[in-house]
Amino acid sequence: MPIQTRRDDDGQTLVIRIEGRFDFSTHQAFRDAYEHGDPDIRNYIVDLSDTTYLDSSALGMLLLLRDYAGGDSARIVIENCNNDVRRILSISNFEQLFNIR
Amino acid sequence: MDDAVAEHNSPLRILIADDSDSDRLILKTLLKRLGHEVLDVSNGLDAVSVFQQEAPDLVLLDALMPVMDGMEAARQIKFLAGERLVPLIFLTSLSEAGALARCLEAGGDDFLGKPYNRIIIEAKIKAFNRMRLMHQTLSDQRDLIRERNRQLTEEQEIAKRVFDNVAHSGCLDAANIRYHASPQSIFNGDVLFASPRPAGGMLIFMGDFTGHGLPAAIGAMPVAEIFYGMANKGFNGQDVLREINQKLKRILPTGMFCCGAMIEADFKLNQVQVWNGGLPDGWLIRSSGAYLALQSRHLPLGILSPDQFNADFERVATGPDDRVLMMTDGFLESADRAGNVFGEQGVTETLERLDVGDHPFDAMMFAVHRFTGNFEDGDDLTLCSLEMMDEAGLAALPDRAAPSALAGPAEWRCTYEIRERTLGEFSPLPLLLHICMEVPGLRRKSGEIYTLLAELYNNALEHGVLELPSEWKRSPEGFGRYYAERNRRLANVEGHYIRFTLHHSLKPDGGRLRVVCEDSGRGFDFQNHPSVAPGSSPAESGHYAGRGLLLLKRLAETIRFHESGNHVEIVYDWRLTRTAGDRDE
Repeated sequence: MPIQTRRDDDGQTLVIRIEGRFDFSTHQAFRDAYEHGDPDIRNYIVDLSDTTYLDSSALGMLLLLRDYAGGDSARIVIENCNNDVRRILSISNFEQLFNIR
Repeated sequence: MDDAVAEHNSPLRILIADDSDSDRLILKTLLKRLGHEVLDVSNGLDAVSVFQQEAPDLVLLDALMPVMDGMEAARQIKFLAGERLVPLIFLTSLSEAGALARCLEAGGDDFLGKPYNRIIIEAKIKAFNRMRLMHQTLSDQRDLIRERNRQLTEEQEIAKRVFDNVAHSGCLDAANIRYHASPQSIFNGDVLFASPRPAGGMLIFMGDFTGHGLPAAIGAMPVAEIFYGMANKGFNGQDVLREINQKLKRILPTGMFCCGAMIEADFKLNQVQVWNGGLPDGWLIRSSGAYLALQSRHLPLGILSPDQFNADFERVATGPDDRVLMMTDGFLESADRAGNVFGEQGVTETLERLDVGDHPFDAMMFAVHRFTGNFEDGDDLTLCSLEMMDEAGLAALPDRAAPSALAGPAEWRCTYEIRERTLGEFSPLPLLLHICMEVPGLRRKSGEIYTLLAELYNNALEHGVLELPSEWKRSPEGFGRYYAERNRRLANVEGHYIRFTLHHSLKPDGGRLRVVCEDSGRGFDFQNHPSVAPGSSPAESGHYAGRGLLLLKRLAETIRFHESGNHVEIVYDWRLTRTAGDRDE
């Protein structure tokens, strides 16, 4: 299972964890991970500890999540990126849209 | 599927070949009773010819027959059937394994033992019909896919031609541009546009849409239209980028966007301005071999709303023969057979090894091809270099749209004034140029007209309204200070205006454009200004600023200052060309 989700302790944070390659092939699974319409979710954490690669369609998917979570008011943290992944996020200047840590 | 089920029970056309009249009659009666249409012959040769004429669905062949035996008939029938699956069942009283195997080797699908068993015959015919129908369905689907694929390829060919016409109307072939855009890269969403600016200099845009195939290529069309349309009218890189971003934000679904970089090169001022949103580092490579990264500092295009979009360019001073190098992701992702990518490391290593005489474009292409080990496969990359050079060297740039005879307005006058905060937010130049370009005689002179308007406007704005001292621009530090101060003062403009009055009239052999530019500033001492005072020459004016005024003097018939120097009037004449080849330059 390349994408796993869990609720954080407070029940308001959805943690989406992506294993391996985060690219177009994970498109549907990634959408399914957050599109369950649970009204309690306020925050999102995209955990990339086990993500080895990220391409531009993954950047698009992150934008879709951002829109879903409220656009400019979305609260999304992207965490534990390896150097390559981090580099791709920063070339596209995604730190302007997401909290990357 | 329902059709297939229905067909299971539909009557078949069955060919029987058997030299035993009684056996043939028994079988024929049996099959007719099951509802099938039966054709019958008594030897292999007849079987082949009836098969050819009647195209039956199923063939029952006796193995041993006179004239031509079942084995040979089977081979010929299978050959004639070609791709069609026609089940072929041997009728035989043989029981020796070798003989039965030979029947199958000759093309038979199965055998029926004599004497006939009605139930087995019926079951086998049904089973083979199922197989026949499945084969038919698969063949039909394969043909459909093949046809669709052919259509798609053809459509892409046409789309590519349309795309090429739109995308390559610019100056990518100019002497100072080198580029490689592989055919595969187009339908992977890479774009590369270049256009000369009416006032001199060039705009280059390189983009890389997310996704692949048609969706990625579709986004490129409006970008090309905006880029070439606006660049031709004199808009600067910032304006073009804002428009592209706004358009893409509106038309692209969330999740699709365009990484891109815009280069605005000014060969007179010897500077490039760069905006990079999501492309890999570009590089400025000095003629000395030193190099400087032009990093992505912005989000890609099509993500931010117009009010959030940041179109700030970085300004870099350049020298003659300096080169700018830009590339898309595909370049860095070029991989060797083992899957290792060329990467940023490949680029920086190539730059480090660069000798003074090397062209960085050639060096980069050579390095990536040596790395990947082949020159064709999987080549999905775009690379472009721009060389800073004397504008005179670019004289051969293609003419823009040919003038359409003499139609168009000839006698007209207009006044356009911008005031207050609009001075800081809007450039009237594209609009004014557009009005002038309605006159066919002026259209061929768009570069000169733009320069005249731009110099008048910039003088009025920077020196008249904003009171910026041009001496600042003499040193590199002052240069930066000048533009910083310009932005600061522009944001706080109050109580000011700049007014243009354009007046065009016909003359016997051409026409005359009179441009008056007035501003609300305090003016300047034009009587004693070194580049305006009578008899002065550029040499006498020494290092003192005023290049703009010298340019105006050179291009216009006359230039006159009125009032306190905040009212400038120039006269520009154009002449008809008598024949197409007889240019008036």
